[in-house]
Amino acid sequence: MSRPGPAADGAAVTLDRAAVRLGGRTIWSHVSLTVARGDFVAVLGPNGAGKSTLVKALLGVLPVAAGTVSVLGREPGDANAAIGYLPQRRSFDAAARIRGVDLVQLGLDGDRWGIPIPGTRKRRQSSARVAEVIELVGATRYAREPIGELSGGEQQRLLIAQALVRRPSLLLLDEPLDSLDLPSQVSVAALVGEICRREQVAVLLVAHDINPILGYLDRVLYLAGGGAVEGTPEDVITSETLSRLYGAPIEVLRASDGRLVVVGQPEAPFVHGDRHA
Amino acid sequence: MPEAAIFQGLSWNPLTDLDRLVSYPFMVHALEAGTIVAFMAGVTGWFVVLRRQTFVGHTLSVIAFPGAAAATLAGLPLAVGYFGFCACGALALGGIGGSRRGLSAESASIGSLQALALALGFLFVSLYHGILSGLDSLLFGTFLGITSRQVLLLLVVAVATVSFVAVVARPLVFASVDADVARARGVPVRLLGLGFLLVLGLSVAETSQITGALLVFALLVTPAATAHELTSRPGLGIALSVGLALGVTWLGLALAYFSTYPVGFYVTSLSFALYVLVRLGRGAVGRRRATARFAPEVA
Ligand SMILES: Nc1ncnc2c1ncn2[C@@H]1O[C@H](COP(=O)(O)OP(=O)(O)O)[C@@H](O)[C@H]1O
Ligand SMILES: [Mg+2]
Repeated sequence: MSRPGPAADGAAVTLDRAAVRLGGRTIWSHVSLTVARGDFVAVLGPNGAGKSTLVKALLGVLPVAAGTVSVLGREPGDANAAIGYLPQRRSFDAAARIRGVDLVQLGLDGDRWGIPIPGTRKRRQSSARVAEVIELVGATRYAREPIGELSGGEQQRLLIAQALVRRPSLLLLDEPLDSLDLPSQVSVAALVGEICRREQVAVLLVAHDINPILGYLDRVLYLAGGGAVEGTPEDVITSETLSRLYGAPIEVLRASDGRLVVVGQPEAPFVHGDRHA
Repeated sequence: MPEAAIFQGLSWNPLTDLDRLVSYPFMVHALEAGTIVAFMAGVTGWFVVLRRQTFVGHTLSVIAFPGAAAATLAGLPLAVGYFGFCACGALALGGIGGSRRGLSAESASIGSLQALALALGFLFVSLYHGILSGLDSLLFGTFLGITSRQVLLLLVVAVATVSFVAVVARPLVFASVDADVARARGVPVRLLGLGFLLVLGLSVAETSQITGALLVFALLVTPAATAHELTSRPGLGIALSVGLALGVTWLGLALAYFSTYPVGFYVTSLSFALYVLVRLGRGAVGRRRATARFAPEVA
């Protein structure tokens, strides 16, 4: 198995005192993070904290204003062929007349020009890879139906298959659990955790709620108030650390089943300017 | 008017009727032109429906009307007006879509462009004090008087456009259904969007020459929408879209030959009837499939 990307011992992602400015406003600054190969790291924080901005900066879609960022040992944007990307809140409405299997196939060769000739060896190999990855995420039963007619959880599994199909070294998943019901959240989280371990893929997963992924996480990056803290969930998700980050009193409660509840977390805090969103 | 001479009614013997259909050169040219146009419209239309750009397509067809009227006024071939106005219109629409504003602002400016185009068209028609029956064929189509040079021009434009679409097909589908991921993969999403608008402009210009400016939808959108209803497989969908467009065009031309109504009327009615039938059929199948799919879990 050959993986595109740098030497196996290099980190998947490093940020060193990085900052991003958008429309004249600093979204976050002094963010440092290291994601090793096979690590599962969650990016947490309130709405508008800049989590999606971080993912886009790693893809090289948004520029970094300060500090250094390296992705799979290269500049952001240069290693995208080795990244599986799942953008935020991507659901397909009932009118979307494309099958899940086509969407996964596009993830494999959708950037190639020209029309593939059916029946060639290359075409058979690529179809086999698509079938294999769809099997891996457990979506074989419904992969040939129009994606718009599937449930949120089924769509999300196919989108994860699309992100995985090129055997990436790094997965960037932006809120894949968003808008899923609780059982789907648990099963999709378990799927990502297992892929991370079995395929030795580094995973950076943006989440709103840490609880469904708590059991699989190596570390978390908590973004809030224009800054960030990185560490193990036990170190970061505490009343002291979060209060310091938000600059406001925050309380973290641990329920008897181990679930963490963050109390007093202001939604969309520190939003300067005139945006109402 | 040649129409009176052509109208001989059906003999109800399919072979004699078919024979009569191709016995006049003008009818052969009409069939050639219709075939070329339907093929191109079928391919382009599949992408128009996939990209949900039917409103943009409609706007371009409205722009085709003043193009044809201006060409008549200036004494130029109609094709020059159609292609010129539609290509410029496509670029203008690309500019509107490229400016970073909300979607509502976008559709408002596209709507204004439509109104302007219609007004211009009627202005040109009234400036041209010619026979008003020409207006009918600009709006609703004609198959009379197509020359072999026109057929050749249609063919050249169609071959160029369809070849372009074939080369960009996969990235275009990717950019259409999944723009964010496509962009991250290095697909030039914005450039492809602009390129496809130009393709759409050329397709509308070609289609207008058969169906008339107002009935472009009948060939460009309705067969493609029917194909999307029937299958969500890309290759099969495009083939079906082309097949349906060809079918309604041939049948529409034949019917127009044996009657006095404009060809656009027949093409529109036929493709609309097909679409409605398929929608109704799919509705019934969809309900049955939904029950089948959820029944085991309920039981
Ligand atoms: N292109 C842009 N120009 C200016 N501001 C932006 C742009 N994109 C996002 N923002 C702002 O950046 C902030 C962070 O956005 P985002 O990364 O989407 O937050 P999150 O994903 O954490 O909810 C938000 O306040 C948003 O309004
Ligand atoms: Mg976000």
